[in-house]
Amino acid sequence: MLVEAGHFALALALGLSLIQFLVPLWGARTNDPVLMSVGPSTALAVLACLAFAFLALTVAYVTSDFSVLNVVENSHSAKPLIYKISGVWGNHEGSMLLWVLILALFGAVVALAKSSVPVRLQANTLAVQAAITIAFLLFILMTSNPFVRVVPAPVEGQDLNPLLQDLGLAIHPPLLYIGYVGFSISFAFACAALIDGRIDAVWARIVRPWTLGAWAFLTLGIAMGSYWAYYELGWGGWWFWDPVENASLMPWLAGTALLHSTVVMEKRDALKVWTILLAILTFSLSLLGTFLVRSGVLTSVHSFAVDPERGSFILGILTIFIGGSLALFAWRAPLLKQGGIFAPVSREGALVLNNLFIATACATVFIGTLYPLALEVLTGDKISVGAPFFNFTFLPLVIPLLMLLPFGQTLAWKRGNFLGTAQRLYAVFGVVIVATLVMLAFTAGGPVGAPLGIGLGAFLVLGSLNEIVTRSWSRGSPLSVTWRKARNLPRSAWGTALAHAGVGVTVIGIAATAWDLEGMDTLKIGDRISAGPYTVRLERVVPRQEANFREDVVTLRVFRNGNEIGMVDTMKRLYVTRGMPTTEAGIVTIGLSQIYASVGEVRPDGSIGLTLYYKPLVLLIWLGAVVMAAGGALSLTDRRLRIAAPAPARSIPVASVPAE
Amino acid sequence: MRYILALLAALFLGGAAFAVQPDEVLKDPVLEKRARAISAGLRCMVCQNQSIDDSDAQLAKDLRILVRERLVAGDTDQQVEGYLVQRYGEFVLLKPTFGRHTMLLWLAPALVLVLGGIGAYAALRRRPPSASTLDDEEQKALEALLKRDQGA
Repeated sequence: MLVEAGHFALALALGLSLIQFLVPLWGARTNDPVLMSVGPSTALAVLACLAFAFLALTVAYVTSDFSVLNVVENSHSAKPLIYKISGVWGNHEGSMLLWVLILALFGAVVALAKSSVPVRLQANTLAVQAAITIAFLLFILMTSNPFVRVVPAPVEGQDLNPLLQDLGLAIHPPLLYIGYVGFSISFAFACAALIDGRIDAVWARIVRPWTLGAWAFLTLGIAMGSYWAYYELGWGGWWFWDPVENASLMPWLAGTALLHSTVVMEKRDALKVWTILLAILTFSLSLLGTFLVRSGVLTSVHSFAVDPERGSFILGILTIFIGGSLALFAWRAPLLKQGGIFAPVSREGALVLNNLFIATACATVFIGTLYPLALEVLTGDKISVGAPFFNFTFLPLVIPLLMLLPFGQTLAWKRGNFLGTAQRLYAVFGVVIVATLVMLAFTAGGPVGAPLGIGLGAFLVLGSLNEIVTRSWSRGSPLSVTWRKARNLPRSAWGTALAHAGVGVTVIGIAATAWDLEGMDTLKIGDRISAGPYTVRLERVVPRQEANFREDVVTLRVFRNGNEIGMVDTMKRLYVTRGMPTTEAGIVTIGLSQIYASVGEVRPDGSIGLTLYYKPLVLLIWLGAVVMAAGGALSLTDRRLRIAAPAPARSIPVASVPAE
Repeated sequence: MRYILALLAALFLGGAAFAVQPDEVLKDPVLEKRARAISAGLRCMVCQNQSIDDSDAQLAKDLRILVRERLVAGDTDQQVEGYLVQRYGEFVLLKPTFGRHTMLLWLAPALVLVLGGIGAYAALRRRPPSASTLDDEEQKALEALLKRDQGA
């Protein structure tokens, strides 16, 4: 019964979204405050309906209601409760439901932000949001209904894919979806501005927190997914340039560019048209990502035809929204007035360069991901574009960008002085060069990439620190004054420095992977293998039976330079229902480094194949992403304070008008 | 979000084969290093975008052994790759060769960067530098304001 109610709530949400689309749009056109006020209330009602539908599906999963097809296909009564719940979005139908739920959640937050968003902008934004909700609700109801019953109901379910029975899966998709869907708000605001034909620094100020929030979540989501792949897939890689990963990297890159261009627009009233275009492109890439992952087009062009209904439907949504918004852009963008002028060497100029490089990197990923598909459709040739291609093209674009970052972050607005900027950075530069040379000397004969990469990372971290120091310290000023000045710097300045330092931390982690060591052998009880300074000894292999899988637990004793430092288990599992084997890597964290053990074949004579990796500083890769997201969050606290005070926010652009 | 990857892994994990196994490793460390480098650039054709070096599939294992056999037989790296391309088509290479059919792919990054750079430069130049200069009346008003501020 609850399942039918959930289904009904979905349909009701569709009806309400239609109202949320049409009425506020009409209200904004006719300047009717009553019609416009329909937007916020329906947005809240849509959220209530979708939350109920999601709850209904969750209850079906938790109670193992095997009369629901979706539950049968993705759950099992013996599964632990946490994975029963995360199983709700561990499949196509449920994840689409989560997608619209988050969409509605964001819509509701916009609806509640009455005081900070101008009424017309809010009405138009909610209407655009509703249009997206309508499209995805239609998609769910017509092709991917999670509430379909099955008669007769089977006694037991088919279980969730074992690789997905992991805490990482419980967290990863929601984070990623909050990021994807958060960009829909920037998109909706951009379309609303185009519909209205008006855009100014106030718009940028309103949109920036949304972009920043979405970006921070997407950063965490991608990092989480990367770490999940690292420990779950069992061969220690953390980024594979897999099309599914690229699908999330593209909106992240575009979103990063958008964040930076919005700053220019907010501070200097320039780059308006480009910012609007980026807002549209960022969400378009999110939609494209959803399409690539959901349609199955990536596996091969042919699998697209296996389920043409879903694929075609998402392709339709994609065409309407991307095509529609770009058409709107082409039609209305010429109306937008350009403002703020700046010299090429200035903070604005640096940010334009940033946008150029990031946009090119994004285009490279885009073309590399879609080229094989296009080529196969057009000529029938089958080629692969994988990690070697991306490393070869992507890195040469990103490395110069990162090298210039500390300079850009130090340049003054409007008209900068490159020499002066270089002077402010010379201490940092010197330290980094010396440190890199020392590292090179000490690791002579080893990979050159690691010291150079770590030097670059250190330049980013110290450059960010330097920015805070030079902004709060001057020669001869006492520490207390410096401290007060530093504390009084805007939160966004701290956020920027922290996020850029986070990039540096990730760069260090990535560079250090060049020092990875591995050892591999077939071991009997008591045998040892080594990787770098670490050695493990095979202690025992014990079979164990759990509720929904059985496993061989391989216990290893870990030594560093001959001294014992602990024990670690690594498992080889067989999930009974699906007859699928998986490995659980045995990971020992030592500071920021890890030792990673993975079981291969178990031989009839009881010996096992074991691979041991030593991965120095590997945790920095993900830690850096967390620091980036923290920087975003810190910057957000600054924005929210300003957003909460609408009066001064509105007066600023007015004051700047006479200057032009 | 690697549902597809995970699902495919699920499909092809059938056998008890896992990424590079101890018994596959060549005695000669130089040769083994070359084998690993070549393997990292070859696609496991039944997998979702995995190299044979990373893949657990039986086919990947067969290819890894094949690569090592060719190397032991004295082939150069290029000859090994050529042999595999001949057998399985260009699809097996994770880094496509440069040719007419991949021209756009390889040149795209440089093209986008150069065209984007020209576009940005032109857009910034086109902006009339005089847009913010004040006319005489405004200039006088400004000076008056400044004088008043200094006086205060």
